[in-house]
Amino acid sequence: MTAYITRRLIYGLFVLVGVNVFTFALFFFVNSPDDMARAQLGAKRVTPEAVAKWKHERGYDKPLFLNEKSTGVAKLTDTVFFEKSAKLFVFEFGASDQGRNIGYDISTRMWPSLAVQLPAFIIGLLVYISFALLMAFFRATYLDFWGVVLCVLMMSISGLFYIIGGQFVFGKLWNLVPISGYDTGFDAIKFLALPVLIGVISGIGSSARWYRTIFLEEISKDYVRTARAKGLSETRVLFRHVLQNAMIPILTGVVVVIPLLFMGALITESFFGIPGLGSYTIDAISQQDFAIVRVMVFLGSVLYIIGLILTDISYTLVDPRVRFS
Amino acid sequence: MMPFIVEWLWSDALVWLLVVAAIGFALYTRRHPHLRAPWARVARSASGMAAATVLAAFVLVGLMDSLHYRAALPQQGGKTAYATEVRSLLDRVLEPLRLTREKTYSAPLATHLYAKETVQLQDGTEARVFPRLRHGGAHLKDPQADWCLDVAMKAFRGLTFGLLLWFVVAIGICAAVARGRDAGIEMVWRDAWAGRTEVPWRAVFCALGLLCILIGPVAALAPYYHVLGTDKVGQDVLYQALKSIRTGLVIGTLATLVMLPFALVLGLMAGYFKGWVDDLIQYLYTTLSSIPGVLLIAAAVLMMQVYIENHAELFPTTEIRADVRLLALCVILGVTSWTGLCRLLRGEALKLREMEYIQAAHAFGVSHWRVMMRHITPNVMHIVMIALVMDFSGLVLAEAVLSYVGVGVDPSMISFGTMINSARLEMAREPMVWWSLAAAFVFMLTLVLAANLFADAVRDAFDPRLIVGGRS
Amino acid sequence: MTRIRPGSFLPILALTLVLILALTAGCGGSAWNNPYPAADAGANILYSSFSERPKHLDPVQSYAENEFAFIANIYQPPLQYHYLKRPYELIPFGATEVPKPVYLDAAGKPLPDSAPAERVAYSEYVIRIKPGVKYQPHPAFAVDESGRPRYLALTAADLRGIDTLGDFRYTGTRELEAADYVHQIKRLAHPRLHSPILQLMGEYVVGLKELADELIKVAAKLPEGAAVDLAPYAVSGVRIIDRHSYAVRVRGKYPQFAYWLAMPFFAPVPPEADRFYDQPGMAKKNITLDWYPVGTGPYMLTVNNPNRQMVLERNPNYRGETYPAEGEPGDAAAGLLADAGKPLPFIDKVVFSLEKEQIPYWNKFLQGYYDASGIGSDTFDQAVQFGGQGDITLTEDMVKRGIRLQTSLATSVFYLGFNMLDPLVGAAAGERARKLRLAVSIAVDQEEFISIFRNGRGVPSHGPIPPGIFGYRDADAAGINPEVYEWRNGQPQRKSIEQAKKLLAEAGYPNGRDAKTGQPLLLHLDTTSSGADSKARLDWYINQFAKLGVQLVIRATDFNRLQDKLRRGTAQLYFLGWNADYPDPENFLFLLHGAQGRAQTQGENASNYKNAEFDQLFDRMKHMTNGPERQAIIDRMVTLLRHDAPWVWSYFPKDYTLHHGWVFNRKPNQMANNGLKYQRLDPALRAQRRREWNPPLLWPLALIVVALVLSAVPAVAAFRRRERRTATAGQR
Repeated sequence: MTAYITRRLIYGLFVLVGVNVFTFALFFFVNSPDDMARAQLGAKRVTPEAVAKWKHERGYDKPLFLNEKSTGVAKLTDTVFFEKSAKLFVFEFGASDQGRNIGYDISTRMWPSLAVQLPAFIIGLLVYISFALLMAFFRATYLDFWGVVLCVLMMSISGLFYIIGGQFVFGKLWNLVPISGYDTGFDAIKFLALPVLIGVISGIGSSARWYRTIFLEEISKDYVRTARAKGLSETRVLFRHVLQNAMIPILTGVVVVIPLLFMGALITESFFGIPGLGSYTIDAISQQDFAIVRVMVFLGSVLYIIGLILTDISYTLVDPRVRFS
Repeated sequence: MMPFIVEWLWSDALVWLLVVAAIGFALYTRRHPHLRAPWARVARSASGMAAATVLAAFVLVGLMDSLHYRAALPQQGGKTAYATEVRSLLDRVLEPLRLTREKTYSAPLATHLYAKETVQLQDGTEARVFPRLRHGGAHLKDPQADWCLDVAMKAFRGLTFGLLLWFVVAIGICAAVARGRDAGIEMVWRDAWAGRTEVPWRAVFCALGLLCILIGPVAALAPYYHVLGTDKVGQDVLYQALKSIRTGLVIGTLATLVMLPFALVLGLMAGYFKGWVDDLIQYLYTTLSSIPGVLLIAAAVLMMQVYIENHAELFPTTEIRADVRLLALCVILGVTSWTGLCRLLRGEALKLREMEYIQAAHAFGVSHWRVMMRHITPNVMHIVMIALVMDFSGLVLAEAVLSYVGVGVDPSMISFGTMINSARLEMAREPMVWWSLAAAFVFMLTLVLAANLFADAVRDAFDPRLIVGGRS
Repeated sequence: MTRIRPGSFLPILALTLVLILALTAGCGGSAWNNPYPAADAGANILYSSFSERPKHLDPVQSYAENEFAFIANIYQPPLQYHYLKRPYELIPFGATEVPKPVYLDAAGKPLPDSAPAERVAYSEYVIRIKPGVKYQPHPAFAVDESGRPRYLALTAADLRGIDTLGDFRYTGTRELEAADYVHQIKRLAHPRLHSPILQLMGEYVVGLKELADELIKVAAKLPEGAAVDLAPYAVSGVRIIDRHSYAVRVRGKYPQFAYWLAMPFFAPVPPEADRFYDQPGMAKKNITLDWYPVGTGPYMLTVNNPNRQMVLERNPNYRGETYPAEGEPGDAAAGLLADAGKPLPFIDKVVFSLEKEQIPYWNKFLQGYYDASGIGSDTFDQAVQFGGQGDITLTEDMVKRGIRLQTSLATSVFYLGFNMLDPLVGAAAGERARKLRLAVSIAVDQEEFISIFRNGRGVPSHGPIPPGIFGYRDADAAGINPEVYEWRNGQPQRKSIEQAKKLLAEAGYPNGRDAKTGQPLLLHLDTTSSGADSKARLDWYINQFAKLGVQLVIRATDFNRLQDKLRRGTAQLYFLGWNADYPDPENFLFLLHGAQGRAQTQGENASNYKNAEFDQLFDRMKHMTNGPERQAIIDRMVTLLRHDAPWVWSYFPKDYTLHHGWVFNRKPNQMANNGLKYQRLDPALRAQRRREWNPPLLWPLALIVVALVLSAVPAVAAFRRRERRTATAGQR
């Protein structure tokens, strides 16, 4: 088991190297250091000297991959690539193009993201499963049919509409929650209620439908028929057997997204003014602060790989038959 | 001289290539019963066929919008010059909508502007009034008295015409079916309505009827009114909604298609050859799929912008620039979504290579490429088919979000994303301007809903157990 | 039913949600949708917002409106603009009086004030500052019992547990000295800070450029991470006279220097602050001067969380400034002089919340959670209506809420520029291109633009100088731009499109087609497209050009690319705007000065316009004092510009702002950003209004719950039936 996880970790590290090289090449092709300097120095009265100075200070005036002027190891380390990308592996995120420490920003902005995402995730999971279970229970009746229709309808609506509509109705028409904003501690609840609600609702369509398929597949299996033949009531069959067995594919399927909850929700956060990592990313894109974008890409990849490893582990936990090969 | 020259945009070429391929595929399928069987199952699904009918209407609009031309300018000095604006066949058909521009907002079917304006009265004083529209309801002498009756009359006439059209088409279908079955039209008609036909024609007729009932009055009213109102600069919202369809369709189909060869070749190779090839390909797609999609798209779109800026001479007109950016968006959306398909294909290839007939082929010394081409590829096509239709709606929805972030289609291109993006501020107006957002909502919902229903039917027909895509 | 069915989960969820909400928000009597803590309801706090996090708060680096909104209230430059008087007038702030320059010849001997500009080699400004001014409380000044600074020699261990400036336990203060002002001037040349005005000031302030060059060498020699200590260095033209006065020597005659003295670039920064923030480990925690300003002004920044909120609080050490007793005519009637003579500031705390989207901002303003708001074009009709005579009034709804409206002409100019280096529209094509430019100028209907996109909040411009700045002429019979307008029926009328077409034909493009080849004329507009409005705007421009039969190709790009193109001089048409640094015509006319050509010298003349006569007149006009002679030169310059038409003169924006009835003493001031200290609030009225305006509507929520429960009834019935059937089926 340990050996297997170690192997997965090393593989993950390799993937990260790939991600890093790829994004680095992409970003430096997009934006030359000159561009970055000018974007950060503002529009009024910018001189070439100021640009050169800015670049020097942030180490963008070094060669990209290979420094011919240096000697020995420094040939490789005294480069933009090493300075900006390789250091990410030891979680040294450095400063943004605006000069702020990125690691610090991330550590503070992570929590608001999580405050939206975690409740949305947990409540969502409960709601989707109960909804799907209901549909499975009433399978092949009009309730099931309309449930599926509702699901398809809801998943056909763009997430933007849920947000715009939710803010309009709950915030403006009914005065129930603040339209946007954020606060720490207990006060955060009134700000979080609407984003969480919208997060849950916008996911109902696809998730509930997906879980329903899983339930139905489980119901059609032999052991369920046997259980029913033994005279167990439908509810008992559903809860005892179907739910328990169907949780395996459901849980192993969602494990991969748990680490990514840290990354926040891009659109929701910027609409509701929640100071999380999602809005951080959006701001970075719109301000073309590529130091931040690079870090976020790296972070996203790390979390995704953690998710993959967690998935592997969870498989073994729920199903001991799975072997590590 | 020609009255116009045809202008092939890159996306047009790909769209029509796709159409040709689809027709070819259909003809091929017709002749092979084992391929025909799942499609026959699709044809038996009521919701699938109704959705297909609606989709067909959308595709028709999209295809009309994919034939571009440049009109000739009036002769001057014996030489013929062509306009630089690239127009599509749809633009030509919708000319009454495109050219009847108002000054600013007007409500659906309105005769007056939505905002007051200062006008000089005859006695020299100024007043703030709602001015008459330049085009919408301009034929009315006294809008207050005539408007209601005029709209009702035109709508009724359109409705009648729509129903007539519906009847003709429905009878036409019945006639075609009747010929195939050697039965009377009347009989087919009755069977269809009673639900006794193999293909659920009743659902098709219903969907078709609904479309005709909607299109008829709209078509009758559109030359005289702005049926869905006008936007901030007075452009017809109906026109924009119709133009958005092509953008949505192109993104929904081409994004999967451009990356399809890669996904197919790599996925099959990984599963077929195993060993280091498999490791390498797995590494490749794990790496790509671990990068957060939006960030990857943002970087790539910005990069494309740089390229376009630095090679401005290659892209002389706004339309071409927008088109190239659209294609770039398709490619990058494809890159972020092909990994799922690749994984599925790999798994399928792993299973297939152990099949007896493949092993037999090996024993006969058939080359690897031949085995892959002849024996494996045809057997995974159903997965490709399902992925294609299942991804479609997700991609259309993704476009809207990306345009909000600012890395979507070119701002000059009409799409659902740009429509929503510019309309979202209108909700705060008082009185509220709702029609742009509502139009985008309804058109998008209809398109995506139809696509989802159709995708369900296809999946159920091909492989009901396959769960494709993690995109939600 | 004893067991909880999964289906009943939804209503339960909704109910708990309601309960939680009721518990948290309902207590304390404040409205549910109040985004602020209930305890602050009656406090003397002004609520404002920011849409983008400020990039710099360091006064040598900051050069943007949104940053000045904070630091202008924190720092105290020598001068400031009078809050009420118009035209804008400089008054002392940190200084005791507005300094009068002493002119010196090359040998350093004083010259009379009337000396001709050529003979003036230097001007010397002696600035005397007010004694007894104290800094805000700040850890950099904290001392222990024995009088030694507490926090100027910190180790990594000391910094443990410290994440923000507020985590330092002790603070201190000290008196403001002239040396602090001088220290800041040295900071302009700091090699690690990038002052946007270093280049410009280096040309004027004697010795600044030399210091900058020297410091670059010094910094290069330092080991990595080591701070540059400015103490041993000096600017040769700046000297400290005594504790409360210093002198700055400027090359030549440069009357605009006084305006620079009113900007934060010349505010005092204590050397302790640099020593404090330069300590190792600080930057890693984002504790820098760029983030936590240290000033002597009326407010101090106490919370700096640009992800959510920035808070300015009253500086307890600020004394001695009172509300002005005189203003413009009409100010007394408007109640703006009621507080005359009272000590400033009035408001205890200003909370700026991050608000990126326009809709939430506007709705919160209407709910009473922001005290003031601008008017966007989408909210205009809701707020403002035009009276019978074209006068502007608030709508009934706004009046009922007690909202007030203020309008002012911004000291900014927006324009559509032609690149004069372009072979098609630029100087190389001579008279042909000039006629083409004029044709476009006529065709682009600014009046329509202003009415659609700005709801009339703007004035079409006839030249580069906005109203309120010396040299501006009203658009009357004599003041209109005769190339584009004609005077008819007592008002300026844009020339007809036929006249524009005629010009275009004369330029060689009849009906927008090249007379020789018959090819249609294509023009390219490079622009950044951002915001929800941009598509509509670009469509509108395409239509304006289409009126001439010319096709406009929009090259939408990002800000970097646009700047890059302008720098290389490869754009054809572009949009830009300029906000005044100071109220002097030089600050606008220099945008077209040949020596400022963007492509050659990276200056501000993005059109690369060059006209020998104009440049010559500019050099003369630059250091003249306002008067008829200067006006005459400016008139001639404007005439030259109108004739050459390097810009399509677009419009001068008009700012409309709204504020609630509980805010007093607000008057828009385009030059000053330090207006917070003059404003006053009635928090009790605000608390009452907020309660009245925001009653939570509970019935829809109740309705949803009822609907959910009702929809569960058939489900329950079906459930029972099914349960029975499967049970029997199972037994069979």
